[in-house]
Amino acid sequence: MECQECHKRPATLHFTQVINGNKTEIQLCEVCAKEKGYMTYPEDGYSLHNLLSGLFNFDSNHIGTQKKDSQFQQVKELQCARCEMTFSEFKRVGKFGCAECYHTFSSHLDPIFRRVHSGNTKHRGKIPKRKGGDLHIKKQIESYKSELQELIVNEEFEKAATVRDKIRELEMDIRNKQDGDQS
Amino acid sequence: MTLEHFMNEAISPWMRENGPDSDIVLSSRIRLARNFADIPFPIIANQHDLEKIREFLQQEFEHLSFQDYKNFEFISIRDLSSIEKRVLVEKHLISPLLAQNDGTSASMISNNEQVSVMINEEDHIRIQLYFPGLQLTKALNKAFELDDWLEEKVNYAFDETRGFLTSCPTNVGTGMRASVMMHLPALAMTKQINRMMPAINQLGLVVRGIYGEGSEAVGNLFQISNQITLGKTEEDIIEDLQSVVQQLIEHERRARTRLMEQSGTELEDRIYRSLGSLKYSRIIESKEAAMCLSNVRLGIDLGIIKDLSRNILNELTVLTQPGFLQHYAKKTLTASERDVLRATLIRERLQLEE
Repeated sequence: MECQECHKRPATLHFTQVINGNKTEIQLCEVCAKEKGYMTYPEDGYSLHNLLSGLFNFDSNHIGTQKKDSQFQQVKELQCARCEMTFSEFKRVGKFGCAECYHTFSSHLDPIFRRVHSGNTKHRGKIPKRKGGDLHIKKQIESYKSELQELIVNEEFEKAATVRDKIRELEMDIRNKQDGDQS
Repeated sequence: MTLEHFMNEAISPWMRENGPDSDIVLSSRIRLARNFADIPFPIIANQHDLEKIREFLQQEFEHLSFQDYKNFEFISIRDLSSIEKRVLVEKHLISPLLAQNDGTSASMISNNEQVSVMINEEDHIRIQLYFPGLQLTKALNKAFELDDWLEEKVNYAFDETRGFLTSCPTNVGTGMRASVMMHLPALAMTKQINRMMPAINQLGLVVRGIYGEGSEAVGNLFQISNQITLGKTEEDIIEDLQSVVQQLIEHERRARTRLMEQSGTELEDRIYRSLGSLKYSRIIESKEAAMCLSNVRLGIDLGIIKDLSRNILNELTVLTQPGFLQHYAKKTLTASERDVLRATLIRERLQLEE
């Protein structure tokens, strides 16, 4: 069947229009359908977010107890104190309302993150320079500690001692900073 | 407006430089999503808060320079016409979503157009940085430096366990999306790319068309990017991406050689026919134009076509997009008017080379 508009391309789309009870059927190709405005694509048409919110709703902790839960939720629905987004709203839109939501919904987030990020729930990347504060030092200590363990296992005690001293030094740094903040 | 002047507008200055592996990799991009700690995300924030962010960033950063990225121009999206917005989207300087949020959204663009900081998109801040060819590590290092520079003034939403907090859970952690734009005509012709995609997906990477989420691969241009942002360091994510891209490059080169050996005449025929279509068409649809451009670019890479510059693919791909055509015509055009203008522009562009 050829397209009713251009009479060139094959009609691949069939529209049924009902206006005041009058039914008309139109056969169009994709190009003409778009041009004539029969097809509108929302800009965000790719429904990644619908897909995501689908994923969020599948909360493995609640399988089988869903009915009970929904009755329960009406009593105490989780809601962010700052932006007022509720947990069910978050699941519907698939987006957080503010930074505080991460804390408010925190106990429910691990399964979601695991699903979206291949099993991961904890950040291992960049720590912001200014905002990160002591975190840089803490991460450094952690990595020294694992290095220390390895050295002990390999019986490289001299090297281990140096690493131990480095750890002590960094720990002192943090303590001094905290004392400084308090005074 | 002369065609040459217009083309200068279509191609960002950084695109003119040739990066490593630029016969196959058009560009590398790093995007970092960041938010203000104390203001709700754009999806829920009130206009007043978003306006405050826009004004604050304009005050702090407008016309500043950072290293090679000079004189950040602050563009308020609401001041643009719909064609101007479309042009920025087609140049990949802003996202379709930013163009849509036109009330309070803005973008700060460096004068070489290598850096674009989008404001009030899905997140408050999205730093975007491009490099020509395959240069992910360099792009990441520069993006981090820009990030530190912005952080001097902005109180970021960051959490010790979750990392950078973003509006969408798919960006949390590093907030980083690294992507590489590749021209893979031989893998597409031999349909090998379809077989490779599932394997690529399994590594936590995605393959898409060049205009981002949901867009089709037009003209054999593919964008490969990371999907996972949590639980891996930025460096690890980039290493994974880099190694996949390098394998794709090798496969593409091998497929090209094999095509030349096994069906050289057919390949040559296809390339010259495409060149003919571009040179002589009077009406050309964007898909056909993209396909012909891809073939011609392949012909240039293989040394079959000698008198054309490589940049022609990048240039004409952007130039023949609907927004650019209308920008050139200075008015709104119907699809069929665009097809005519597209053919004219391509013909004139090719004549410039002669």
